[in-house]
Order: sequence, then structure tokens, then C-alpha cells
Amino acid sequence: MSKGSPISPSLMATKSAGAAKAPDRAERTAEHAVVADLAAASPVLGPNNVVPPTVMTGSQAIVRSLEELGVDDIFGLPGGAILPTYDPLMASSMNHVLVRHEQGAGHAAQGYAMVTGRVGVCIATSGPGATNLVTAIMDAHMDSVPLVAITGQVSSGVIGTDAFQEADIVGITMPITKHSFLVTDPNDIPHVMAEAFHLASTGRPGPVLVDVAKDAQVGEMTFSWPPKVDLPGYRPVTRGHNKQVREAAKLIAASSKPVLYVGGGVVKAHASAELRALAEATGAPVVTTLMAKGVFPDSHPQHMGMPGMHGSVSAVTALQQADLLITLGARFDDRVTGVLKTFAPMAKVIHADIDPAEISKNRPADVPIVGSVKEIIPELTEAVRTQFEASGVPDLTTWWAFLNNLKETYPLGWTEPEDGLTAPQKVIERIGALTGPEGVYVAGVGQHQMWAAQFIKYERPHAWLNSGGAGTMGYAVPAAMGAKVGEPDRVVWAIDGDGCFQMTNQELATCAINNIPIKVAVINNSSLGMVRQWQTLFYEGRYSNTDLNTGHDTVRIPDFVKLGEAYGCASFRCERDEDIDATIQKALEINDRPVVIDFVVSPNSMVWPMVPAGVSNDQIQVARNMTPEWEEED
Amino acid sequence: MSRHTLSVLVEDKPGVLTRVASLFARRAFNINSLAVGPTEVPGISRMTVVVDADGDLIEQVTKQLNKLINVIKIVELTSESSVQRDHILVKVRADAATRLQVTQAADLFRAAVVDVSTDSLVIEATGTPEKLAALLSVLEPFGIREIVQSGTLAVGRGSRSMSDRALRSA
Repeated sequence: MSKGSPISPSLMATKSAGAAKAPDRAERTAEHAVVADLAAASPVLGPNNVVPPTVMTGSQAIVRSLEELGVDDIFGLPGGAILPTYDPLMASSMNHVLVRHEQGAGHAAQGYAMVTGRVGVCIATSGPGATNLVTAIMDAHMDSVPLVAITGQVSSGVIGTDAFQEADIVGITMPITKHSFLVTDPNDIPHVMAEAFHLASTGRPGPVLVDVAKDAQVGEMTFSWPPKVDLPGYRPVTRGHNKQVREAAKLIAASSKPVLYVGGGVVKAHASAELRALAEATGAPVVTTLMAKGVFPDSHPQHMGMPGMHGSVSAVTALQQADLLITLGARFDDRVTGVLKTFAPMAKVIHADIDPAEISKNRPADVPIVGSVKEIIPELTEAVRTQFEASGVPDLTTWWAFLNNLKETYPLGWTEPEDGLTAPQKVIERIGALTGPEGVYVAGVGQHQMWAAQFIKYERPHAWLNSGGAGTMGYAVPAAMGAKVGEPDRVVWAIDGDGCFQMTNQELATCAINNIPIKVAVINNSSLGMVRQWQTLFYEGRYSNTDLNTGHDTVRIPDFVKLGEAYGCASFRCERDEDIDATIQKALEINDRPVVIDFVVSPNSMVWPMVPAGVSNDQIQVARNMTPEWEEED
Repeated sequence: MSRHTLSVLVEDKPGVLTRVASLFARRAFNINSLAVGPTEVPGISRMTVVVDADGDLIEQVTKQLNKLINVIKIVELTSESSVQRDHILVKVRADAATRLQVTQAADLFRAAVVDVSTDSLVIEATGTPEKLAALLSVLEPFGIREIVQSGTLAVGRGSRSMSDRALRSA
């Protein structure tokens, strides 16, 4: 099979034609840069090699399209309706990771996309294979993760007859994909694949499903590359409107209590450096949402922490007291705003987002700016500088005095549990401290997720992965696996709960067999901890169905150490404070297999601060029934 | 709540009607009526969607519709700047004693009688929703057996063409 020749000689240096082995990391990075450059010129991802018309089967065309699109790694699991595609895949230079459950393939592709910024790819068969991807697709949709899911479908002749392993996966995923395709003609494969990758990776990223009928995989077609991308209804705006940017700068210059409200869009846009320049030009405090942790360094003096239901007092209060929100790639999620009509009541709103439908969806914007924050932020920084020269630099001294006082008075912290067991926060804090900011931290969903957001210090973007919008328990292990495949040189921790871990831990087999040495810290409080916390606070301590019997003084089913060992992982149990550091160090020294650590912790620790559901963020509690006393304003 | 008429140009691809209809359902927007058909441009269909919504919501509806990849262009047509018509077929009881009265009523509305049997008539009428409502209230005393009504069709007044402009910018 010929690899074709590059469309322009200037591109030849970055990808040699006919490369038989997977390119190494340095080459991949270079290739990625070229991909980014080309994106402006061609909607077809990858080096745009020219492939003259070649007759092949549909399944060969799927594999060849993936290669031409620059895909290196795929996560999947075969089955009847996708079998034809798995045959040419065997001969491909692409790395296919065989998962143990399709949900794992989906989350792995998400984790891969989140650390690399590239499109994650997962493959499953029809029917149950495809429906097992649904949770991951929905997760990617909520958190705007570029994902292409390829599923086999029964032959076009029997679609609609309830054939064996038939599911209308296009119909099922319609509300949770950015777009989806059903391919029944093999000749459509190249352009559909190119369109799927273009849609997934541009504009507001998201999941795209490509469902390919079995006869379209088996049938012959004529392959040529690059295909024509024909999406007349898809024209994402990337450049912000100049006038709006100048209006925003005027509001910033007139504000005495501004806050930069930064969301996951800034991570997706790779605009971390641009954000820092804007923050320093304005001198405004910065809050980073759960999806944005690391995009602005936690150690930066302007950083106020994470806002929202379990946000820091300084971040939540900064938003509540602000007179201006400079909203960048954030979407006023209910977990951030609390009761919407009481959120940031005095603030005017600048809202920059690539998705026009996010602007004024929940909170009306005074200055809407549609476009990529990668382009908007530098322009805004420039406009702010010009505006400050014209009208003076606003005096934020009083604002900072108020905020710094809050930061000092209400730092994040925890109290030691009364039952004598280890505080889960301490374990997580030590993992972060001993691993450092170059590590990647992937959380499941629940208390451990919030503590991992609070007590690990994030200094760079793409270091913190979690299921934000969807709140998918079971995200951590497979997403960490995908992250480790994407960034094999980094230490990747899955910080998981005992509940979450039991949902997807079968991917430990995938990790052990494919030499993907992730480290799993099971924060084992023997219960569905976040639900239990709500039962403690709002259901008079009636613990309905939250006890998992995995921890201290229980039957310990399953025994996580034995489970880890059964999966070929180095496995430890840590039950005492004095063993925490040594156990983490031991895990950090092992790189030839995955590590599972069962950290047995107290079930009684709770996540604080907390804004109880259904009340204003002003009612934030730093501990049970303890609301800070606000300084008298004016 | 006020009534809005949206003209939506879409790619004529499988599932596009489902995408539009299910978007309304999951975003909790109410469709009052929906009409779909081909246009003068091959491969492009046009939907006329009538929704009851206040100003902020209609903006959100439009933005969400625009996010659908198969949606090419959306225009809101106001009643002043557009012609809007509904189409109706009504089966009315009409025997020898009442047939003349029923046909006279139909004539007043410039409606056509398109089927006759010994005890009923089928009347076809086109017009604004208000005119058709008036027709129905006149026919009601005779006994209405069946009503079949299309979604509203709407086109902007003047020489400009929505699909022309949309395809040029595409």
C-alpha cells in the first residue's frame, strides 16, 4: 500500500512518506505542530498526503483514513460487525490498545485527548459494543473532549430488522454527540472520516460518532486523499469581534472589583500563556473552574482557587462580590453558580466563548465575544493595555486587601478524623507533593475528586483530568491509561474512590499487558463517600445503600491488594499516616507495571467548603453549619 | 410568550428532521408547527418551524439549531415581512339538507370542495391561521368529522432568496 506523497515539499521534513514504524515522541510533536498549521489551510487533519485513486475495501479505507489523519493510537475492542476493519488494522503501524470493556476504550480516548490535545479514537462493534461507549461519549460531550468513536453496524440490508447485535447507535447518541454519521456506501468513508476529525477537533471540540455498516466495510471502493470536506452548515468563528474586545477593555478599565472567571475552554484552546499575560496586564484575581485547574498556576499570587459548590471561600466570594466577570471559556454551570439569580449579583459580564450558544444561556452577557479564547485573549490584553494608557490603571488595592484577607482567613484545609483513621485529604496532598506538578492526575467522581482538585497543586494545564460535567464514576482508571499512552514519559496517577474503582478496574489488565504503568491510589473510605456526605448533612445520617464494605473493620470485598495482584500490578495497602510517604515513594519507583495502592481512610471525612444545593453561594460553609462572617462592605 | 416563525435551511441528509425535532424536545422548547420540503436547490431542504417562546428563549433556540451541523441557515420571518400560510383539509357532515349551506360557507372563505359523498364533504382551504380558525368556527355547527392541517409555510416578501444568500456564503 503506497503512502502517497506530501502535497507540498515543505511538509516532507516532518513526516517521511512510507514510515513503517510509529513515529517517536519528538516527531509526533513536530507533526502535531504541522497539523495545527495546516488546520487553517485545510480542514483535513494530518499531513494531507496526496494518495492517487486506489481500489480497496471499505475497512482498508477506514484504517488508511486514520493513518492519513495522523492517528497514532486507538483504543477498542472487536466484535462481529467491526471484524472486517480489525483485519487491516493488524497490519497498520497505528498502535491499537485492546481494552476489556468498551467504556474503557471511550474514557481512554478521552484521557489521551486531554493530555495531548489531539483527537482520541475509540472503536467498538455494533449493539452492546456501541452502547457501552455511550457513557464515555456523553462524558466527552459534557466536557468538550475531541473524540471520534467508530462503531460497526449490521449490514445496511438488515438495518431496522432487529438483527443480531443491532442498535440504532446514531439515534441513541444523537443528543450527546457534536455530530454523527451512518456510512452505508464505502466510497463515503474517506470524506466522512476527515469530516469527523475536523468536527471533533475544531470549534468547540466534542465527540463525533462514525457508524459503519458491515457491508460498507466489506465492499470495494476507490480511495483517494485528501478528500473533500463538505460541511456547508459548519463555520465556527475563531476571531473575536474587534469592537466587542474594545468594549470589554473599557469595562475592565472601569472596574474596581474584576475577576477572571476561567473555564476548561482555555485549556482546550491551549491559551494558558495568553491567559497569564492578560491576568498580569489587568492585575485581576483569577478563579479556575474544576475543568480549568492548572491553566493558571495555583502558586500565582493572583490565583484565588476554584469556584463552585466545593470551591475555596476566596474564589466563591470573589465572584459573589465582583463588579465584573471576565468569563473565558466557561459556561456558568450550576455547580459554579449555585442558585443562578443570586450568583455574582453586582457583576457585569464579559463572556468569551467559541460556542455562541453558551453566551447568555444561563447568565446574560453585557459584552458577548464569540471566538477562540486563543485569539481573543491576546487581543483583549492588547486592548486593555491601550485602554489603561488612555484612561488610567484602575485601583484594585481595596479589592485585593479584601481578597487577600479572605485567602488568609479561610485557607483550604481539613480536620483530623475523630475515628483515628487516616484523613483522605492527607493522602491526596502527599501524592501531589511527592509527585510534583509535572505529573498527570486523573480523578474519578466524588469526594476524592474534590480533594484531588483542592489539595494537589496544579502548575500547568493538561495535568488534571476528571469527569466534570458528566460526573462519571469509573472515569479514572481508563482515562489514566489513555493519558499514559499519550504521555508515556509522565507519571500518571489515577486518584480513585473505592466505589469508582470497582466500575472500571478491569482495564488494569489492559495496562499490565500493554506496559502502560499507571499508578492507582484507591482512596478507600469503604463507602460511596459523596453520597454518604449528603446523607450525613441532609438525611439525618441515614446511610441508605452507601456502605461498600471495602475498608477498615469490614469484610474487605474485594480485597484491593489481591485484586491488583491478580491483574499483574504491584499492590500495597497503606493504613497508617506514618506509612503514606514511604508507600507513595515505593509506587513512584516502580515503572515496569501498574501500581495499585489501597489507602484505607476514614469514612467520616467531608469535603469543605460546601455550598449546599439550592442556596446562594453567599451561604458557603467552611465546615458544618459554619458560614464565614463577611466584612462589612462600604 | 410570543409566536415566532423560523425558516431553517438544512442539508437533505438522513436523520436531519430527527436532529431538529429532538433538539427541541431535549432543550424543552415547544414546537407549534413544523413543515419540511425540498427547495429549488438540490440537496437542500427547508423547514418552517413555528415556536412559542419569549425573546431570550428564541435566541437560545436559534443558537442551538445553528449548532446542528446539517443546519445551514436560520432566518426569523416576521408576519409583516413575510407571507405565511397554513393548509387544511376538513371533512364536514353535509347531507342533502345542509350541503348548499356548507358549500356557500366554503365559498366565502375561497375554500374548495374536493370530495363529496352522500353525507359529507371534504373542504380544502389555505390561509393564515386566523382565517382557517374562522372557517372552522363557521363549519363547526354542521359537524366536523376530521381535520388535517399542515404546518405553516412562510416565505419572505420581496425578490431576495434565502437559499441564494445562504449558499453564496457557504
